[in-house]
Amino acid sequence: MSAHPAGELEGVTVHLGKFEVLPSVSVAFRRGEFVALLGPNGSGKSTLIRSLLGVIPVSAGRVRLFGAALQQFRQWGKIGYVPQRFGAVSGVPATVEEVVLSGRIALAKRLRSYTEPDRRAAAQALEELDLSELADRRVSHLSGGQQQRVLIARALVNEPDLLLLDEPLSNLDVEHQQDFAKTLQRLRESGSTVILVAHALGAVEKLVDRAVVLEQGRIVHDGPPSTEHQDDHAHHVPLQEPVGGTGADQHRIH
Amino acid sequence: MELFELAFMRRALLAAVLVGIAAPSIGVFLVQRRLALLGDGIGHVAFMGVAAGLFLGTSPVVTGIVAASLAGAVLEMLREKGRLAGDVALALIFYGGIAGGALLTFLSDNPNMVLGYLFGSVLTVTGQELWILAAAGSVVLLSVTVLRKELFAACYDEEVARACGLPVRKLNFFMALAAAVTVGVTMRVVGVLLVSAMLVLPVAIVQQLAGSFRATVRGSLVLGGMLSVGGLVTAFYLDTSPGATIVLLAITVFALAALAARQRSSAIS
Repeated sequence: MSAHPAGELEGVTVHLGKFEVLPSVSVAFRRGEFVALLGPNGSGKSTLIRSLLGVIPVSAGRVRLFGAALQQFRQWGKIGYVPQRFGAVSGVPATVEEVVLSGRIALAKRLRSYTEPDRRAAAQALEELDLSELADRRVSHLSGGQQQRVLIARALVNEPDLLLLDEPLSNLDVEHQQDFAKTLQRLRESGSTVILVAHALGAVEKLVDRAVVLEQGRIVHDGPPSTEHQDDHAHHVPLQEPVGGTGADQHRIH
Repeated sequence: MELFELAFMRRALLAAVLVGIAAPSIGVFLVQRRLALLGDGIGHVAFMGVAAGLFLGTSPVVTGIVAASLAGAVLEMLREKGRLAGDVALALIFYGGIAGGALLTFLSDNPNMVLGYLFGSVLTVTGQELWILAAAGSVVLLSVTVLRKELFAACYDEEVARACGLPVRKLNFFMALAAAVTVGVTMRVVGVLLVSAMLVLPVAIVQQLAGSFRATVRGSLVLGGMLSVGGLVTAFYLDTSPGATIVLLAITVFALAALAARQRSSAIS
């Protein structure tokens, strides 16, 4: 097996409008690593993983997934992505199963209906996230935490080798956070790479191998995790997403 | 039934049912992306295409579809740049389309013809136009059906669809073009001013009662066809304008569906 990193940014610069969000960032995520991406709001955490996935264009630098340049990368079934969302509701009704099944699009045959294996994979992901009983419910009728689990299930439906999670914990109650930590642990043991953007690690803290801390788009810490990089306030109240500015003073780097 | 004995009525019914089914098939994705009024934007420019057809003495349906497709592509480019919401560029396209259309209309030999495209005149559909409608409608319906799971993924969550390797940009352009072609053919039945109603209303009605995306798609295609035929038959017996009757019938059904949905949700809670 080759030793290419699961994901790699080399001198990547990203602009949003005229604003430089990432100034020439280089970082590699090795296979099987469990990385926490920490930092205050607006520090470029989401931008970093979105540029790694090619969701937003980079203005300079190179992006590689599993050793392949992003433009040449085709094995999208290896990727699972949970974007930062306030909910999973769209304009037209959709059931929990329909949303989770849509994650299979990366592996499913183009221009065909989803097959039985696709449906089985969806059923398994639903089971994993404790959503089986809600499979036929409209997503818009679910609570925020349930909707968050739907988005996680969609990302897990392909048993991804690289899982990117953008603030997946903020809407989950304590019980489901612990379940989710078990799921992540299982993925980690099976050799998957996990990149987790978070304010507070809570139940998943013990899984983290490496913490990468961003501040104003720059990597200011890269190494073993320590609690000082986490949002203190959110750490004690894991159910609530801190609103607005998490002051930079809480993230002072020593 | 006397209405089936009339050749123009048979053509009108066929045209109405074709458009009634094709319009919501793409409309459902526009509603999902909260672009319900995109059809209106395209329609304004399609009107200029129709006027150009009348001015040049060629088929207004064909020039209308061509202009609509151009408008669809331009609007998608603007949307991509995040400039579709309340932007001046959009206003320029809307009013440019109408003004250009009006100008060409009054330069043409028969300016009254244009009324049929503003408010629809399904009763005057010719045999040749019916073939164009059937071809364009089938292409839209077929391609949207074949691409359904790709379109759902791209519309439901554009960002994740990109991270699944879907060609989201191409799919968005495809949707804009499919909407444009649909607008072009729908225009003949209900008119430029009501074109979006055909794309959006059947979906808006069904989604109040449906529990899934699949049910919404199927329900709105069936309902779209039924509303078109129902409205046309009603218009025939009441001697009213077919396009307006179809749309008013749809709005009535929408109100009933909203009531039913309300009753149901209060029964649950």
